[in-house]
Amino acid sequence: MNVTEELRLKSKLPRGDRHRRVTSAAMTAFTAACTLFAVGVLLVILAYIAWQGIGSVSLRFLLDSPRPVGEGGGIGNAILGSIVLLLLSSSAGMPLGISVGVYLSEFGRGRFASLLRFVVDTLTGIPSIVTGVFVYTIVVLPLKHFSALAGGIALALIMIPIVARTTEEMIKLVPQSLREGALALGAPQWRVTLGVVIPAAASGIATGAMLAVARVSGETAPLLFTAFGSRFFSHYLDQPIASLTVQIYSYAISPYDEWHAQAWAATLVLMTLILGINIAVRFFTRKKF
Amino acid sequence: MMSATTPKIPSQFTLPQDQSKASFVSTPAAPAKITVSDLDFYYGRSQALFQITLSIPERIVMALIGPSGCGKSTFLRTLNRMNDVIPATRVEGQVTIDGNDIYDPGTDVVDLRRRVGMVFQKSNPFPKSIFDNVAYGLRINRVTKSKTELADRVEQALKDAALWSEAKDRLHQSALGLSGGQQQRLCIARALAIRPEVILMDEPASALDPIATSKIEELIVDLKQQYTIVIVTHNMQQAARVSDTTAFFLLGKLIEVNPTEKIFTAPDQKVTEDYITGRFG
Repeated sequence: MNVTEELRLKSKLPRGDRHRRVTSAAMTAFTAACTLFAVGVLLVILAYIAWQGIGSVSLRFLLDSPRPVGEGGGIGNAILGSIVLLLLSSSAGMPLGISVGVYLSEFGRGRFASLLRFVVDTLTGIPSIVTGVFVYTIVVLPLKHFSALAGGIALALIMIPIVARTTEEMIKLVPQSLREGALALGAPQWRVTLGVVIPAAASGIATGAMLAVARVSGETAPLLFTAFGSRFFSHYLDQPIASLTVQIYSYAISPYDEWHAQAWAATLVLMTLILGINIAVRFFTRKKF
Repeated sequence: MMSATTPKIPSQFTLPQDQSKASFVSTPAAPAKITVSDLDFYYGRSQALFQITLSIPERIVMALIGPSGCGKSTFLRTLNRMNDVIPATRVEGQVTIDGNDIYDPGTDVVDLRRRVGMVFQKSNPFPKSIFDNVAYGLRINRVTKSKTELADRVEQALKDAALWSEAKDRLHQSALGLSGGQQQRLCIARALAIRPEVILMDEPASALDPIATSKIEELIVDLKQQYTIVIVTHNMQQAARVSDTTAFFLLGKLIEVNPTEKIFTAPDQKVTEDYITGRFG
């Protein structure tokens, strides 16, 4: 290689430039490795649950109620119970949470709003078992028995702050120019919020609501104090009701291998349920425009 | 640099009759549609407008020119009380439209904004279909009685905004799929649909290419047959092309209002001439 060629190469890649490229490549590799690790752990967990659980899943297992050890039995009542609890908590928690979020972002100004925001943030951080004990005290004790309703209330209380904060953040992302555009056409504030702002933020709000559903569908502690659990199909909201998480918990701590296997299968069912809800909501709230 | 050259502001402007533009105006002595007197405007503690007094005759195009931050947009937004949505703002003085004080506590702001439409600098179509964008104002104001009437009004508004031929086959597709110039004409159509009396335009063509700009300008000239138009613009040629009257703002003060031809050929104020000839701003 002659001298001019060497100079030309050097001028193409001066030292500072090579240093920058190496750093960039190293950082990219590092972040990729972190991502792979995080996703990998998740995949390992999912695969392990599927591997352990799939063997015990059958139609009978999905429809039957629990039976004594050695007689098989299923988790049909727990699946139904979990769905009932999620419907109960969502029907209270979502409207309330979304309303609070809309208030905070569109109407909340001044001291009261910042106090409310602080309270909501604090509520997000409360351990769910505390919520369970709280609902036990104010709902279960006065009514003198555990109930699906109490379980729904406990889960709703956990949902509200999560939904409220994500709704607020999503609505804040809606550009101010859209609000002004609607106001300039003679729309009253409430119609601007309902007809323009919320639809523009709808998919974000739905994602937040789904996060909250996914979060509460994994809750066990608050249900132990409220819905309690049941080994039968329950037809009344004022009676104890089974749920997948409590079922998994009680089977997992039992000494029987058969119940351990059923706990794995129930875990697989729970994960599939959450995944199904997520896909359904994404489908129905996908951006149309 | 500017403060040194700011002249004394005459307390009252009268709008001279301009015979050369008489053909555009419905009557030679068009009655004032909007009158503004002694208007002061504050963002918190800082004052943005000082003692603005002017009157805007019916069915003309008035251009507001001046350097950035001179208060022309703020002034425009006082005419439909759009500044109400900005916290900690304050208005003093009087703005009347058809003789009614729009800052009177009894004024219905929703009704005011229905009569005084607005087109913004950055086009802001709703994330809805083209049809629903234009129909929005009609629906919320319950203007139309039937679906066919609604469709007719939407079609008419799109035609008035010179967008019909481009949009008629995709009325129910997203408005966000339109080009920038089309989106801005959609916003004009949306404003026209509810048939306001006054249209405020805040630099409506500043983000558009020359072809889209010339479409909007043609549109403005057409629209003044029916509407009173106030347009903020940074583009002096645009002001000269579309407007009958031009008002020059500087540092929150109204320096001069005159027929556009006069402003651009023989302005009364030295500072106006300095701005127009590009000596500052």
